[in-house]
Amino acid sequence: MKKYITTFFILFQISLFAQQNIQKKIQTQLIMAEDNSVIELDEGTFTFTGSLSMENKKNITIRGKGMDKTILSFKGQTEGAEGLRVSNGENIVLENMTLQDSKGDCIKTMHVKGMTFRNLKVEWTGKPSQKNGGYGLYPVQCEHVLIDSCVAIGASDAGIYVGQSKFIEVKNSKAYHNVAGIEIENSLYASVHDCEAYDNTGGILVFDLPDLVLKKGGYCKVFDNYIHNNNYPNFAPKGNIVAKVPDGTGILLLAANNVEIFQNRIINNRSLGVGIISYHMTENPINDKAYYPYPTAISIHDNTFQREHVRPTSRGRLGLMFRFKLRFGKNVPHIFYDGIIDSKNLDAQGNTLADKKICIRNNKEQTFVNIDAEHNFKHISRDATSHDCAHESIKLAANEN
Amino acid sequence: MKIKIFLIFIVLFISLSSSQLFDNQSVAPKMNLSEYGFFKGNINEQKSSDDVIPYALNTPLFSDYAEKLRFIKMPSGLTVSYNATEVLDFPVGTTIIKTFYYPNDFRDVSKGRRLMETRLLIHETAGWKVLEYVWNDAQTDAILEVAGDTKEVSYIYSDGKKKTHPYSIPNLNQCKGCHNRDEKLVPIGPSVRQLNGDFGYETGSENQLIYWQKKGLIKDLPDLKDCPKTAVWNKPETGTLEERARAWLDINCAHCHNPRGPAMTSGLNLSVDETNPTALGINKKPVAAGRGSGNFDFDIVKGNPNKSILIYRMESTDPGVMMPEVGRRTTHKEGVDLVKAWIKSLK
Repeated sequence: MKKYITTFFILFQISLFAQQNIQKKIQTQLIMAEDNSVIELDEGTFTFTGSLSMENKKNITIRGKGMDKTILSFKGQTEGAEGLRVSNGENIVLENMTLQDSKGDCIKTMHVKGMTFRNLKVEWTGKPSQKNGGYGLYPVQCEHVLIDSCVAIGASDAGIYVGQSKFIEVKNSKAYHNVAGIEIENSLYASVHDCEAYDNTGGILVFDLPDLVLKKGGYCKVFDNYIHNNNYPNFAPKGNIVAKVPDGTGILLLAANNVEIFQNRIINNRSLGVGIISYHMTENPINDKAYYPYPTAISIHDNTFQREHVRPTSRGRLGLMFRFKLRFGKNVPHIFYDGIIDSKNLDAQGNTLADKKICIRNNKEQTFVNIDAEHNFKHISRDATSHDCAHESIKLAANEN
Repeated sequence: MKIKIFLIFIVLFISLSSSQLFDNQSVAPKMNLSEYGFFKGNINEQKSSDDVIPYALNTPLFSDYAEKLRFIKMPSGLTVSYNATEVLDFPVGTTIIKTFYYPNDFRDVSKGRRLMETRLLIHETAGWKVLEYVWNDAQTDAILEVAGDTKEVSYIYSDGKKKTHPYSIPNLNQCKGCHNRDEKLVPIGPSVRQLNGDFGYETGSENQLIYWQKKGLIKDLPDLKDCPKTAVWNKPETGTLEERARAWLDINCAHCHNPRGPAMTSGLNLSVDETNPTALGINKKPVAAGRGSGNFDFDIVKGNPNKSILIYRMESTDPGVMMPEVGRRTTHKEGVDLVKAWIKSLK
């Protein structure tokens, strides 16, 4: 018996040592990599106790043998705030692998020009939990970001999160069991298309928040996505903005400007098919004088809406509002507008200037409500006539600086 | 036994291959710290050579209770210009040397110490570069290491209690996690306000700026009373509660949390000269804190440290929550107490 224990102990030590060696080996590769090179990772599951990082490199590809074939696991991580961090680079490609269970964000990239995430899975295994890291894929202050054929699962904030970046394309990707499936925040010229967001608290979010370096996002297109059953109870730690997203949200635009939402299937999201709200709805203080808290120039057209005949969420502040102020019962409209307006955008007759309007047209099963939150819900209106308009289709600035 | 030999071989192979790769760089780093000649006599006594100047900061970065020995070597004949606010702009050819160690017993230095690592910041024509040397178990030299390491340390702290915890030696990328301004690697510590204090030189105790001036290392130094001075965080006679707390936050947080540092994305700026209350964290919502928010709403809530995210993250040792993100495995209890007292005093 003693022999067995000793043997086990030795084997355990060897595997631990081997794993530490792998960590050191890969980290050394990432540090020493010459520009214009490819770092190939083997098939298998590799565990890490600390973050991996790459810094100041050009034209590097880190390539695994495939999603679920090369698995980098950060369960048991004791050091570092993310799984993999890439900073200050140009033309970096991460592809064909799975990253799991980091203590903080799974992959964070900052100050990279030309950042591609392709065929990656980022996930927190097990039941979605407040203890999971915040973001799955997290490019921030990057330019020319491509997220293609990725999967994000279990993030306690957003599965795919693009923050303070420019020229972004998110496509063919899937997000589920996150608080927010896909989030574009304070970013310019983003398109999100051919993605599937389901079983999140909120499917796709486009937010502009105060107090940040890149103050104002905009020019965002969300199209040809399948956004369904985003009814998962919110599990974000309080304090984070997504903790305020009600379960049952398909798309939510918060203080976003110049956004076009079209040809999406927005199905069975019980509370808000598409919500359009100002930052005032968050009830957070605004101290940033340069911040613009209102959504303007929004176009929602040619989408397909559908929902089961069920009540909206009763959780959170919005749940209270549904129960005591709005009283929709099970007859919940698909498109939800808070009706909080910047008076500077009104003409002499009190109508919103044409180029600032919220335009809603030609959606299948289109239903609408303006809850008039500005006047304490006095004139709740389901009449969308004043929103029957169209904006020019958004151009993504030819994807150039 | 065979396995052991095999493993040793792997380790050797990795260290050899990394040294080969280094040969392509402009100035080849040396494999051993002793090869630079920064120290005279027995290297582990850390007695600086004549052209190497020891120095100290008024309020240093917390590094898991490790003590630090700092030295600077400037190219002979060159000087650094006075600057009232920024870290001094040392000339190309300067090397900044920092050795981390633990006294075996914090109450009695005669009981010896364990040197952990020595970090070099070298100013080359292309910019600053960092090199990391890890002390061997025999304490006879420190050896170049790129990928970092973790070691266990054990010592008697000044309260007489034994402390044992892991100690992280950063990899070269992690160095730039903190030593980063506009994505360029830079020194953090040696600013005029941090150097404006006395140091016990072999020739006796003297203000460091005056000493540097006498040595011809710094030029355009104004009258000492006109030089800014950072309070010593744990010496109430050197500054008010606010001054000491802000000094602590500046050196421990502001290398990232400043508008040109890696944490600029958060909008939180903990530099000592920040005056905008929101940027300083007061009633500021977190941006991408994830579970680092600890279910609290604001970075700093006046009068209420226990509801301030800042304190929550300073106290935590969970890598997904704690701040700073690297270089810390323990909580700086005394530092937390100081910042708590400051937040409590805010009205």
